Parts: sequence; structure tokens; C-alpha cells
Amino acid sequence: MVTPWWRHRRLMPWLIQAAVGLVVLVLVAFLLGNLVRNLTQAGLLLTWSWLGNPAGFEIAETAIPFDAAMPYWRALLAGLANTLKVVLAGLVGATVLGTLVGTASFSTNGLLRRLARVYVELIRNIPLLLQLVFWYFVVFLALPNGAAALQLPGVVLAKAGLYLSWFDPAWQWQGPQLINGVWTAPLRITVEFAALLTGLVIYTGAFIAEVVRGGVASVAKGQWEAANSLGFSPLQTLTRIVLPQALRVIVPGLNSQYISLAKSSSLAVACGYTDLYSVAETTLNQTGRAVEVVVILLGSYLVIDLVISGLMNGLNGLVQLRER
Amino acid sequence: MGWLRRLATALPLVSVLTLVGCASEGGGIQSQKMATVKARGSLICGTDGKLPGFGYLGSDGRYVGLDVDTCRAVAAAVLGDGEKVEFRDLNPSERFAALSSGEVDLLARNTTMTLSRDAAGGNGLSFAPTTFYDGQGVMVPAASGLADLKALAGKPVCVPSGTTSELNLADRMREQGIAYTPLKFQTLDQMYTAYLSGRCAAVSTDRSQLAAQRSTFPQPEAHTVLPVVMSKEPLTPATINGDPAWADAVRWTLFALMQAEEMGITQANVAAKVAEAKAKPNQADLRRFLGVEGDFGRQLGLPADFVVRAIGAVGNYGEMFERNLGQKSKLKLERGVNRLWTQGGLIYAPPFR
Repeated sequence: MVTPWWRHRRLMPWLIQAAVGLVVLVLVAFLLGNLVRNLTQAGLLLTWSWLGNPAGFEIAETAIPFDAAMPYWRALLAGLANTLKVVLAGLVGATVLGTLVGTASFSTNGLLRRLARVYVELIRNIPLLLQLVFWYFVVFLALPNGAAALQLPGVVLAKAGLYLSWFDPAWQWQGPQLINGVWTAPLRITVEFAALLTGLVIYTGAFIAEVVRGGVASVAKGQWEAANSLGFSPLQTLTRIVLPQALRVIVPGLNSQYISLAKSSSLAVACGYTDLYSVAETTLNQTGRAVEVVVILLGSYLVIDLVISGLMNGLNGLVQLRER
Repeated sequence: MGWLRRLATALPLVSVLTLVGCASEGGGIQSQKMATVKARGSLICGTDGKLPGFGYLGSDGRYVGLDVDTCRAVAAAVLGDGEKVEFRDLNPSERFAALSSGEVDLLARNTTMTLSRDAAGGNGLSFAPTTFYDGQGVMVPAASGLADLKALAGKPVCVPSGTTSELNLADRMREQGIAYTPLKFQTLDQMYTAYLSGRCAAVSTDRSQLAAQRSTFPQPEAHTVLPVVMSKEPLTPATINGDPAWADAVRWTLFALMQAEEMGITQANVAAKVAEAKAKPNQADLRRFLGVEGDFGRQLGLPADFVVRAIGAVGNYGEMFERNLGQKSKLKLERGVNRLWTQGGLIYAPPFR
């Protein structure tokens, strides 16, 4: 008996894949063709020369030098630098906070354990946007200015910014000083940046805490007991025995939290911080180059997330069990 | 792939044919938009919704303001009833898309007329007569003692993101070589909250809007709008570009309100004026304007008495101004350049002839 062609074991899977591939290709070609045709009709075919025109707008705080006479590409780059600044600081902060809270939920101290639970449940069930609005408008904008500002050892919290101790240009350790009713310090953080960073760290920290808790819980109880019987203290057991094994489970979960933090940073407009999204919005409004600006925006966030993902996958390879 | 190319060419063709079909059904004068509005029995109008004096949803659930009255006047002219309006609140970034997608029939949302917004290769709007000549200004806390732009050097200034205000401020500050820190906000609520909390030394946007917002502050007198005028902001209602007959109907309804003020016709005396026009055949201007004789209405695809209906709904331009922005409102704005041309202002209606 001859097998009919539609039951052919080698031909059919190949044919089906080819068909699906063709459908996807045709769909993409149709959409792109449609886009190009309509943009041509509207006289809006993709051009990039406008990137060299002077931007004409200022950016409140920049990680790289920028002024209004510089071109659009430089403005977008400054926005990207601002985004990277808050994302990097956010990743570090959220990881530290999440690890502390995640391990605290295994504490022998009942109060600490319950506080960790309350934090996680409270924070991860409230939308991030609301939290950012809360941190900016309710907390940071309520800070007083001048002599009434909140003074902590080495740090002053005022509405005009957060003033931190750091080395001055002469490498002398320098704290915040009040001169003529205005604070100065070697390091100043704007309240917009502070509000965004606080919101991102506290929100993502809650999710990371759960990832860490899951990782620690995945380590067999026998490991704790064995370490205990060998005379390890609970802290030693955690840092030397349990966490290294838990990392195998933690790292893949961390990866998605990191990516989500990078994307959430685009909510910066809610608290007046000028990130890539905010610069792109102004650029779009001024130039009318909607498609180009959105393409740049999509590309930038995609690259940021792919880099984070790539690095985390590398780390994942390192912490996996090496079987010999 | 032949079928695909055929499909790709067929789709636009089908839609063009449909459009042509609809347009020819409407007849010579009737515009497609006008037919849609009449069939629906209501005008959909895009407004701000949160801006006192222009478009504001009051606590009694009723929209009030100069832009709102513009919508009501057009609804009265087209449908005979100024109440047959559905309002849509739009923010600055969605307003043009709402108009070009046909979601709203008329955009009356304190929008500045500019070249790129008017041009077919830009936003492609069709602008009606300007209803308010504005300029960008700066508001500061009265106690701060700041008096001009130079005083803002090194200080944070709140501006709405995605508007002409942001650019104008940057241009003026650059001209004068003043370094400042712009703090951009996506919504006006957020911007004024940040300003009121003292984060910004000043806030900059259209002067009328500053005055309007100030009237909602807990202590309006604690804030001053500086005498600086940084730009020209002709606030102008707009319709979609591809429907000239609809644009004409809106344009001449608004001109009629201005002409009515010039002729001394008010909401209160319009009925008496109609009676007067009917009684006196020698009053040709008045008779034509009020639709007692001639066919201005028919030429625009509107009822013969569309002017009477519009004035009956909202009064003349001067009444609209005083009620929403002037001495009878909380804003207490001066007429200024928004007086009639006969009084040295810019409000001017071409002849009804």
C-alpha cells in the first residue's frame, strides 16, 4: 500500500511549516506595503534627516551634556541616557530590597516575617502608576524647602532636591550646607528622579521578593538541617548553603522582573522625569514624524531589554548545576 | 501572489467607490459630515472638559465655556437645537486624531491655529474663524516677587508637554540667553498640582488658560499672571480637511455670531429684530442676515433662519465672551484684542452678501 502524500511523515511537517511561514511572510509584506503606500500618499515617507535639526527644547536634568541648540538625535540620546540611569539604579535597588525581603520571609522572627508578607501583598496589588503619583505628589512634593527641610545625617531632603554627602572636587568629604536659604551639596538628586526610582524599586522589589522566596523554598529542607547540624548559624546557612543553590531557580525569574522594570521606567512622565519616552513625545509633537519616532522608541526599549535578557541568560548559565 | 496584489489594489478602490457613492447621494450642497450629523440628530464636539471659561464640565453635569458655546451655536444652526451636542473630552495629544478619524465632527478645544496644523501635508485640519486671540504668558506666586523672564534664570518652570507652550518658552529663553529648568507634565492637573505644591517657580501656558486655572485655585489672588506675552495663540475651532461644505457651514455660523454683535442683535432681542426685519422691507442687510429674504441658508446647506437659531441658543459673540470669560464670569478677562474691529479689536466678520 502506498502512503498518500498527506500522510507522508517527512513531507507533511515540512509543507505545513512552509505554509505557515508563507502566510506570515505575506501578512508582513502586505502590512509593510500598506504602510509605505499610505505614508507615500500622505507625503510622510520615512525620512531621518530631521534628526539633525536643532531640537529647540531644554531637558531638565541630563546624564550627558545637552542644550536646546543641539540636534534631535542628541536630545533622544540624552533621554535614553536618563532612562538608562534610572533603570540601572532601579535594578540595583530592587535586587537588594527584593533579596532582603524575600529572605526575611524565612526569618525565625515572626514580626519580620509578617512585615515582609504585608509589604509584598500591599505593593504588588496596587498599580505602579498610582504608586508613582503617590511618591511624587504626596511624598516628595510635600517636602519643605530651605531651613525647614528634612535633615538626616549626611542627607537633606527638600522639595528642590535630595542633597547627599560626597567628595567635593578637592576630594574632601562634604555634607549638605545651607547657604542663603538654599542647600548645596556635592551630589543633588531631583525629586522627580527620586520619586521615579523609589516607585520602581519598591514596586519591582515586591515581585523580586517573591522570586527569591520561591527560590529559597525550592532548596530541600534537609540542606538547612544538615548545615545546622554542622554548626552553621542561620545567616551562614542562608548565604553559604541555601542562596547559592536557590540562584538556579531565582535567576530566570529575576530576568523577567528586570525586563519589566526597564519597560515600566517609561511611566516617568507621571512624575515629571524626562526619560526617553518623554523626549520622544516632545519630538513627535514638534516634528510630526510619528512613525520614525515610534520606531526609535520601540527599537530602544527592545535593545535595552534584549541586553538585560542576554546578560541574565549568561548569568543563568553560570549558576546552573554543572554535571560532570 | 497575483491574488494578493489584486486584493491590495481592490481594497482602496472599493473604499474610494463607497466614498464617491455617498458623496453623490448627498447632492451638490449637502456635505457628507452634515448628512451624518443630521441623520444622527446630534453634533459630536471635542472639547477640553476641564478648562474653565472654554470647555468645562460643571458640578451640575452641564458643559459651559466659549468653546462649548461654539458647539452649541453650530448645533443650533444645523439641527435647530443648541442642546443637541455630545461632548467628548480630549487631551492635547489625542485631539487631532479624534478629528481626522471622524470621532468628533467639530474640534473646539482651545487649539492654536498654526501652519503645520492647517496644511494638508501636516495635521490637515480646516480652521474656522478664530474665536479667541491669546498669547502665552507666565504665572508666578505673588509673594515670590518674580517680575519678568530674566528673574526665572536657574529656576524650574512647569510647562505642559506636547504643546506649543513648551517650544515658545524654550525659544524666548534662548533668545534672551536665560538658562532655566523645564519640568514637563502630560496632564494639566499634574502640572498645576506640581506648581501649587511649590516645585516650580513659575508655570507657563496660554494667558487665558492661566487666568482660568487661577480662578479654581484655593487662593486666586496669591498668584499673578506676569505682563509678558511670549507668542501669538489664535485659538480656533477646526473641522476635517476633506469636507469644504461642512467647514463653510461652521465658519459662517461663527461669523454670524460676530456679525450679530456688530449689528446689535442679542439673544434677548433677536425675536424682536426678526419681527422688525419682516415689517420693514427697506432693511435689506438685516433681512438677508436673519434669513427673512435671500437664500444664504440654502447656499450653506443650512435652514434659512440658521443665524436666528444660533443667536437664540448662545447669543452674539460679545455675549458669549462676557458670559464665559469676561466680567460676568469668574475669570474677569478684559476683551482686549478680542473686541470687534469697529472698537479696535481683531474680531471681524466678512460681509453677509
